[in-house]
Amino acid sequence: MLYPLLWMLASSFKPTEEIFRAPGLVPETFTPSNYTDGWTALEYPFHHYLLNSAIVVAGAIIGNLIGCSMAAYAFARLEFRGKRLFFAIMLATIMLPIHVIIVPQYILFSELDWINTFLPLIVPKLLATDGFFVFLMVQFIRGLPKELDEAARIDGCGHVRIFLQVILPLSLPALATTAIFTFIWTWNDFFSQLIFLTSPDMYTVPVALRTFVDATSQTSWGPLLAMSVVALGPVFGFFLAGQRYLVKGIATTGIK
Amino acid sequence: MNALLERRSAAQTEPDTPAPRAERPRRSGNRARRENLAAYGFLAPWFIGLLFITAGPLLASLYFSFTDYSLIGDHAWVGWDNYQRMLDDERLFSALKVTFVYVFTSVPLQLALALALALVLDRGVRGLALYRSVYYLPSLLGGSVAIAILWRQVFGADGLINLVLGFLGVENAPGWVSHPDYALGTLIVLNVWTFGAPMVIFLAGLRQIPTMYYEAASVDGAGPLRRFWNITVPMLTPIIFFNLVLQIINAFQTFTQAFIVSSGTGGPSDSTLFYTLYLYQRGFGSFDMGYASAMAWLLLVIIGGFTAVNFLASKYWVFYGD
Repeated sequence: MLYPLLWMLASSFKPTEEIFRAPGLVPETFTPSNYTDGWTALEYPFHHYLLNSAIVVAGAIIGNLIGCSMAAYAFARLEFRGKRLFFAIMLATIMLPIHVIIVPQYILFSELDWINTFLPLIVPKLLATDGFFVFLMVQFIRGLPKELDEAARIDGCGHVRIFLQVILPLSLPALATTAIFTFIWTWNDFFSQLIFLTSPDMYTVPVALRTFVDATSQTSWGPLLAMSVVALGPVFGFFLAGQRYLVKGIATTGIK
Repeated sequence: MNALLERRSAAQTEPDTPAPRAERPRRSGNRARRENLAAYGFLAPWFIGLLFITAGPLLASLYFSFTDYSLIGDHAWVGWDNYQRMLDDERLFSALKVTFVYVFTSVPLQLALALALALVLDRGVRGLALYRSVYYLPSLLGGSVAIAILWRQVFGADGLINLVLGFLGVENAPGWVSHPDYALGTLIVLNVWTFGAPMVIFLAGLRQIPTMYYEAASVDGAGPLRRFWNITVPMLTPIIFFNLVLQIINAFQTFTQAFIVSSGTGGPSDSTLFYTLYLYQRGFGSFDMGYASAMAWLLLVIIGGFTAVNFLASKYWVFYGD
């Protein structure tokens, strides 16, 4: 199961010649030079792409936390005209493949002059278009006792204060799950970043890796694998830190 | 709706009810209206997203599918032209074939493996949490560019697999990712490798089966095999169904792995030309936006069709025991 991953990690410390000669998990010659070579192999040093990815991911997380929790509060706690219909539409958008809507999105964003900026990757999150997380939070908020809202209302709280001071603090587990999944998915996302980011200074890690692999000849596999390890590192870190939330999250909603 | 009804009932009862009581429905009508407004306020971002990011573009792409549009200049209405062109497009048919082969081999294999391991782990393995995490990790990483790069090396002409085969005495093994007969296979292996997510869902489902069923069956003399077929399998069918629907929808949208392994070409000989990859080439390689939109709608119809068939067929094999 983990052999390919471990082999990748081991190989990132092997000289390229050894990668193609020995399948072992312990490097015969331990060399960190793949990392230093890979770091500077592209037009910008690798931390430039890491930083771009970090900006996109941070924006996406903040966007999802705000947009999805607001929508979820309305669906879970408020009565309004058209609620059933809108909820059904929201569920349907979960199943909507990105490929079906990418062309008009691209046209819209190019009209707005947003191509080659991070905005097409962040603003949609703020607009609660990740139905998964709206659904996840609706399910969670429905499980909170309604008496709390009512007590707050009797104390004179409006909906905004109930949302901010009662519901949100109690929804921390759902918010954490959302943040972790948003991190991993956005960090790994390739399709929309490939389409919306067009110049090397805006490239995120996956797009930069793609230009790396296309330019790679036999001799630079070591540096390429090293940078791939760097790309997987943060996901692995989040996985270790947030396992509890991740496993609970998929077990309850089935997302992956 | 509620506000309307309440207001009407307030108006009807007003004449015969004493004043103080007539106040109450009106106030609650106000409250309902305020709640309505608050709800729309909370949903405002979502509504804008629906209009511009999801449902709006969905309809727009239907419109564009009847036009000739290359981003520069105007779009001209061409009727069914794009759809007609699809019928003569051999690459489109090979993309459909590649995608179908991928979906209908990798998903059953992946789910079978997920179910088998979930059953083993459910029997009570020491260190369950560790196993669960180890198996789950590939699901998180599987869709990334970095893993696709790894695959390209591992299944390359002088990659890890052939290195090991060489030690075992197998000479002249093909370059798996660069051979038209095997390239798709390597991507199927990659998808099967990410069985951890459905496995975790199966595990959660197995935990939900009440132990009293097994106890009752044991008392009645049912052996392990009978208990498996007559209790575990029926009780698990809703989870199997759920995983099946989800994984099929996911598999139809595979893009990254094929793009990286083939450097965006879908090669060798279009053997990894996934539907979404071909759509990308038409839309963002040659900026044939009209054609790409028509392809997008065909994809939607295909995925929607399979999901619908899945739901219809589920009546006959999914067991919802309450």
